[in-house]
Amino acid sequence: MRRYIARRLIQLIPLIIGISILSFAIIHFAPGDPARLLVDPEQATPERYRELRVELGLDDPLPVQYVKTMTALARGELYSYRSRQPVINLVLERMPTTLTLGLLAIVVGVLAGAAIGILQALRPNGPLDYLGTLVALFGFTVPSFWLGLMLIMLFAVRLHWLPVSGIRPPLATGWNPMEMAPYLVMPTIVLSTGLMGTIARYVRSSMLESLSQDYVRTAHAKGLQRRTVVVRHALRNSLLPVITLLGFTLPFLISGAAIVESIFSLPGVGRLAVDSVFIRDYPVVITVTLFSAIASVLGNLLADVLYGAADPRIQYS
Amino acid sequence: MTVVGRSVTGAAPATVLRKRPELWRRLIANHRVAVGASVVLLFAVAGLLAPLVSPADPEAQILRDRLQAPGAAHWLGTDGLGRDMLSRAIYGARVSLSVGLVAMVISVTIGSAIGVIAGYVGGRTDNFLMRVVDVFISIPIFFLLIAVLSIYGSSLQLLIVFLGLSAWPGTARLVRSVVLSLRTTEFVQAAHAVGARSGRIMVRHILPNVAPVIIVSATLRVGAVILQESALSYFGLGVQPPTPTWGNMVADGRIILDVAWWVSTIPGVLIVVTGLAFNFAGDGLRDVLDPRRRGPNE
Repeated sequence: MRRYIARRLIQLIPLIIGISILSFAIIHFAPGDPARLLVDPEQATPERYRELRVELGLDDPLPVQYVKTMTALARGELYSYRSRQPVINLVLERMPTTLTLGLLAIVVGVLAGAAIGILQALRPNGPLDYLGTLVALFGFTVPSFWLGLMLIMLFAVRLHWLPVSGIRPPLATGWNPMEMAPYLVMPTIVLSTGLMGTIARYVRSSMLESLSQDYVRTAHAKGLQRRTVVVRHALRNSLLPVITLLGFTLPFLISGAAIVESIFSLPGVGRLAVDSVFIRDYPVVITVTLFSAIASVLGNLLADVLYGAADPRIQYS
Repeated sequence: MTVVGRSVTGAAPATVLRKRPELWRRLIANHRVAVGASVVLLFAVAGLLAPLVSPADPEAQILRDRLQAPGAAHWLGTDGLGRDMLSRAIYGARVSLSVGLVAMVISVTIGSAIGVIAGYVGGRTDNFLMRVVDVFISIPIFFLLIAVLSIYGSSLQLLIVFLGLSAWPGTARLVRSVVLSLRTTEFVQAAHAVGARSGRIMVRHILPNVAPVIIVSATLRVGAVILQESALSYFGLGVQPPTPTWGNMVADGRIILDVAWWVSTIPGVLIVVTGLAFNFAGDGLRDVLDPRRRGPNE
């Protein structure tokens, strides 16, 4: 197992290099000169502009720029063009919001999705099954920003049950769950719908398969209650692949977080990335892209390892 | 039901595709395909005939009539600039569906080609191609789309190309997995044995048998692309105004949500309905085309 993890980690190195080159290349082949964006128009002398180009290393050959950027990033010395702060600080500052939102969405999405899938599988082709299919499909066909708008219109503007945006009351600071809960309800719903749909579909089909297995028939034959059979025998086996599925959906969750954080004005990493794109703050864009890619890749690895730990039939070598 | 027996050889789907009358009967008999395809067809025809069926010019601004609720004069109301929502929705169908279709063709073509090559050739080629796929799959593609489109400016062509380029890895992985299992089947080995070249085997023997998987994946992809275009519209990076798409219509309405609910709500509903239709059709197609999934009474 340890060797398997080590090998997978080594395999990650070329992958991460590939991702970093890709994100670096796209941004650096872009038209538009960051130095022009940065010089203060008031004191934009040609000298100042040339100084800035040297300072930012924009005159170096591309491979040199790439290596410099990546070393600076690794050392925590890559600075945002705009705020002049280390990018790493900007990202770490906003990480708790995104992580909170992501974890809430995963928990809600998995629980709701699994519940729907199980109910469907217990009475296949019944009315509940059709309703469940519709809900699941709705989950991944609804545009998340539209769903966000609809929820805001209904629960914030019309009914005044929930706050429109932000993550905590104005003037409040810190992480008080009671204060923050109402602010997180709508973002969590919006971010978890897609995951819910995917999980529901998956659990439905894997539950149907488990329920038709011999060991389930045996369990019934020994006189166990239906409830015990469903929960202890069928469900446990059908939920296993959900672990792998979660690994796959991580990139979508991260992209989704960018949209959700923007709709609800949450101070998270996703919104930082989107905002930075629009002001051409490339160091931030590269860092966030790289971070989220590494997070998804590690998430996938973690999913595989957990799967191996949860399913004794899987042997990694 | 005669086809099921033949599926043992692995050549069944290709045969099924050639037996059109029977396939057609089964497609219509499948409720999901029928419902999904009808909805898509309705929107597609409306979009194609947009100049004939839409009651007004979708870009004509009649400020006197702005923000009218749905009613007799304007069935779906008017937006903040006094444009007729029904006409915009119909023209929007035209643009949204074309973006979805063209981007789908791009991504499915690239994905299938790479999937077939990786799966059939195997070895180092496979390994390399799959690592490239890994890179694309693990990047949150949406960030890159936003970055690229905001840097290069969003034009319709660029948008379609990037939406197409961003989605091929999923198809490639799926197709490869099917090709891997086909590679060892007897009919491929036989073709190999009689001296067919790799290119011919891939195109004539492998591709037709992966077709069902590709068709299903393509159907689902159209809905997904329309969804992505709408998300990009939220950031002002989708199809640019005044050309209406359902996505930028939703985005237009978001600032007047409290006074005119219909402006965002209606195009959003259309996106959801279209997405559901493509998913229904895709799921139904999978049942019809995949002999293993066919129920005993179908």
